[in-house]
Amino acid sequence: MTIEQFFLMRHELLLILAAIIVLIAELAVSESGKTKIIPFAAGLFALVTAIGFIPAETGTLFGGSFQTSSLTLFMKNVLNLAVLIIFLQSEGWLKKPENSERISEYFILTIVTLVGMNFMISSGDFLMFYLGLETATIPAAALVAFDRLKSHSAEAGIKLILSSALSSGILLFGLSLIYGATGSIYFADIVAKIEPSPIIILAFIFFVAGMGFKISLVPFHFWTADVYEGAPINVTSYLSVVSKGAAAFTFSIIVFKVFGALFEQWQHLVYALAVMTMTIANLFALRQDNIKRFLAFSSIAQAGFILLGILGANEMGMASVVYFVLVYVFTNLGAFGVATSVFNASGIETISGYKSLYKTNPKLSLLMTVALFSLAGIPPVAGFFGKFFLFTSAASRGYYILVLIAVLNATVSLYYYLRVIKSMFIDQTDEPIAAFRSSISMRISLIMCVSGIFVVGFASGIFEYIREISQLFF
Amino acid sequence: MTGYAYTVLIPLIPLCMFLVLGLLTVKWKPIVFGIMGTVGMGTSFVLSLITAINYFFVVGPGPNGFEPIIATKVTWLRLTEFLHIDLGVMLDPISVMMLVVITTVSLMVHLYSMGYMKGEVGFQRFYAFLSLFSFSMLGLVLATNIFQMYIFWELVGVSSFLLIGYYYEKPSAVAASKKAFIVTRFADLGFLIGILVLSFYTKTFDFADLTAPNTTIFAESASVSFIGVSVFTWAMLLIFMGGAGKSAMFPLHIWLPDAMEGPTPVSALIHAATMVVAGVYLVARMFPVFHFQAPGALEVVAWVGGFTSLFAAVIAMTQFDIKRVLAFSTLSQIGYMMLALGVSGYGGEEGLGYMASMFHLFTHAMFKALLFLGAGSIIHAVHSNDMNDMGGLRKYMPITHITFLIACLTISGIPPFSGFFSKDEILVAAHNYSNTLFSIEYITAGLTAFYMFRLYFRVFWGNERHYHHTPHESPLVMTIPLMVLAFASIFSGFLPFSELVTSDKIGFETETHLMVALPSVLIGVLGIVVAWILYKKESLVPKSITEKLGIVYTATFNKFYIDEVYLFVTKRVIFNYISRPVAWFDRQIIDGFMVGIGKVTEKTSYEIKEMQSGQLQHYAFAFVAGTLILVLSLLYCLV
Repeated sequence: MTIEQFFLMRHELLLILAAIIVLIAELAVSESGKTKIIPFAAGLFALVTAIGFIPAETGTLFGGSFQTSSLTLFMKNVLNLAVLIIFLQSEGWLKKPENSERISEYFILTIVTLVGMNFMISSGDFLMFYLGLETATIPAAALVAFDRLKSHSAEAGIKLILSSALSSGILLFGLSLIYGATGSIYFADIVAKIEPSPIIILAFIFFVAGMGFKISLVPFHFWTADVYEGAPINVTSYLSVVSKGAAAFTFSIIVFKVFGALFEQWQHLVYALAVMTMTIANLFALRQDNIKRFLAFSSIAQAGFILLGILGANEMGMASVVYFVLVYVFTNLGAFGVATSVFNASGIETISGYKSLYKTNPKLSLLMTVALFSLAGIPPVAGFFGKFFLFTSAASRGYYILVLIAVLNATVSLYYYLRVIKSMFIDQTDEPIAAFRSSISMRISLIMCVSGIFVVGFASGIFEYIREISQLFF
Repeated sequence: MTGYAYTVLIPLIPLCMFLVLGLLTVKWKPIVFGIMGTVGMGTSFVLSLITAINYFFVVGPGPNGFEPIIATKVTWLRLTEFLHIDLGVMLDPISVMMLVVITTVSLMVHLYSMGYMKGEVGFQRFYAFLSLFSFSMLGLVLATNIFQMYIFWELVGVSSFLLIGYYYEKPSAVAASKKAFIVTRFADLGFLIGILVLSFYTKTFDFADLTAPNTTIFAESASVSFIGVSVFTWAMLLIFMGGAGKSAMFPLHIWLPDAMEGPTPVSALIHAATMVVAGVYLVARMFPVFHFQAPGALEVVAWVGGFTSLFAAVIAMTQFDIKRVLAFSTLSQIGYMMLALGVSGYGGEEGLGYMASMFHLFTHAMFKALLFLGAGSIIHAVHSNDMNDMGGLRKYMPITHITFLIACLTISGIPPFSGFFSKDEILVAAHNYSNTLFSIEYITAGLTAFYMFRLYFRVFWGNERHYHHTPHESPLVMTIPLMVLAFASIFSGFLPFSELVTSDKIGFETETHLMVALPSVLIGVLGIVVAWILYKKESLVPKSITEKLGIVYTATFNKFYIDEVYLFVTKRVIFNYISRPVAWFDRQIIDGFMVGIGKVTEKTSYEIKEMQSGQLQHYAFAFVAGTLILVLSLLYCLV
């Protein structure tokens, strides 16, 4: 193997390097100056993100275990961008005295999970896939329990690690069934031998259950609300955007690439999951008052919409999923950014606590409104186009009834998104959250989000590009 | 094709200005925002001028006349393989001409408003809206396809709505802005349906495909008809409906007089020089389609235009609000332009009407903007719109007086002012087409001279009124635009329009047709003389004439009760017999159903709350059970 080939893993290598640099930096700074690590790590990560966008060679490594294509490179860039925004938003939380000891831990753990996700996306066999998946999950549990002195956070960590152990068990069971049936763990070999036998279908369902846990599809979603609520808010946004996005990418890649031939069989399964996920998550979201829990259920519902794109099972479907996740990154992080800002300034994390926010903090309220409109899929913001392409891809396969159900669900979702807006703009209270200014890095992140929400929606070139690279992928 | 890429900046600069002025929350002196807006517009103006000089004179016509140039184009939304919505910049004679018109008038209005709007609340908002309007209007004329045009068409409508309702604390302004929006929106519905019909049968939105003279895209569906009329005639009639709404053609004209509630500079820019001619521009843009595919629709255009011009001129004679007189005069002049398009043929001399229409659009923009800005200057001085409050102002406001007189002579078609040349071409074109239309336009020309000079004499001559304070000439920022526009009104008639802007983009020679020109000048002079006799000195003669006319006068004064007809149809008929029952059905049946769904959703949501118990063992159970149920059901179904 030559050095050039090694650079195919550029994203992964850079991330590992970044983690090591942060580790060394931790040793270099004095006890009192630990907070300096925050801008340093964010800057370093911005550099990593920027380098990721430089066009790179594509190819395979390790006898097919590791594959890259322009599509996977793009996916990794999307995730990098999301993590960068989250790092920018984490400053206020990390600066709190109880965290000052462990600032670098946060960055290292996050970057390591990201490495795992990158391997997951680029995997060419089920072993690499599984290793990536676990690398992405176990440090995430540590992140969830980061506020270890708060019982909520610790409880969430335990819940995540136990549920993920269960799902991993089922997933591994499925993978061994596939190995048993086809005699290989390499995607390329499996595709050649796969057929709709009961054992393969059983294995596929187990695989879906495992992935469904990561993407939080109903009925594998129960951990989501509790974990999202208990985790520190920046970790919640990480789980709901990056972790979910990576899982959606991987799921669509493997479903199309490995199980593409079984479309006739798995379409029913994905169909059922989509209906259940959208509907049940929406029903739960209606009643939430805690903003993190609310966004948790909203993110479950969004995952249900992603399945519509997967049902397209062609390059349009792939493109619509990737585009939707890209939009979702900006949109959801915009909403989480505002929630973080408010939480840091006032400690409030309930929707009813947002009353009259518009009077004291008009810009944040408008930003939240744009983000929620985008989540609800109202034109002209990007979220509309995201949903539109997902629906188009499902409709192109003739799933009109499913699209109708999705549209109805989108309408229901509008109700609870508007509830937040109503609280901010219409509901009156004598004691609104006082006016405050967010930190510079938070403001940069919010500007990134809001410009993303508009630019990704209006610049048609972005979707055309995604469609082009999705075509190459098939 | 390159070399014109910078033209994309012409609309983009006002857009940036809109965003900056709209979002900036600093508390600077208001005048700073005015200067920012003006400088931005000035840049667009300079770029437009460079483009026009480059396009018309430096590059000049090729062997096939002026070539349309697509300066830039991106596909914005791809609907099907054939049908896609592009955003781009197209330069051809009419769009380049419109660039000059829009940026000139807009720049003048930007400058003028710094004086006129001084001290108004929301100065910054005013400039933001002006920039938004300029952006939309420029995007409209530069559109490469009809859908892009439609997008900007609506944006123009919105900015007009915002500007008419600028004084949103005044109920009449709010009502006027609503009326303008609803009427034009209703017309735009026709426009949209027209676009859809047209593109359904031709499989394209692109102007380049639609307006190529020997295109074959129509041939396939040429025989398709609906109620005995070909679909293309229907499509073009519907598209014309959109144009008639924006250009306030009868019977969709009712919004324009009310739109005068907006600030006067806005009336000058939007409701005189630019937006209201968008309909004329639309017909001109689609002219080859009208001419080759839907000659019937073109005839409708001609008659609607002709009728509106006479109708509005008659009403203008009776109004006392100076802005309303100008508004009806605008209707009348736009009627001229529509008529000229309607009677035009295609190519060479045949296309005289087309060229005359564009020529008149250009000169009209200059002199009508001048009239409005002059009226603004008068209103600024005496704080009233009513002619009865004015008189003898020529001594106090010399610059306004002279420039206003120039504009009145121009609109009356007195040589050598520009209006003479453009109106003359229209009359010749009408003469070649139909005697009836020619006579209508001929009479209208006389009426125009009369009502303009009625206004002029009553305001600037006659007895002085009791003014709250002595009227004074407006500041320099307001009079400079007046002088610039007066200069344009005088000299723009000498532009060799027939060599630049023609139906087939190939220039041709025109000469003054004495047989038409002479009588038209005569009737203009006649109108002026009558006005002079009646209004030079105040007398009771006009009053006794109106009394003798009795009911005819009252009907005219009340604009022939068209507004009342609309109100009767909408409030009495539609609201009572259609809307009420529908509303009942909606409230009781549809809403009831929806509320029912909402209640069920709410209840289910409450019932299933228990599922999320917080207990990990429950979650694990659900996880495993869910998996098993999926396995069983899938295996049962498939195997």
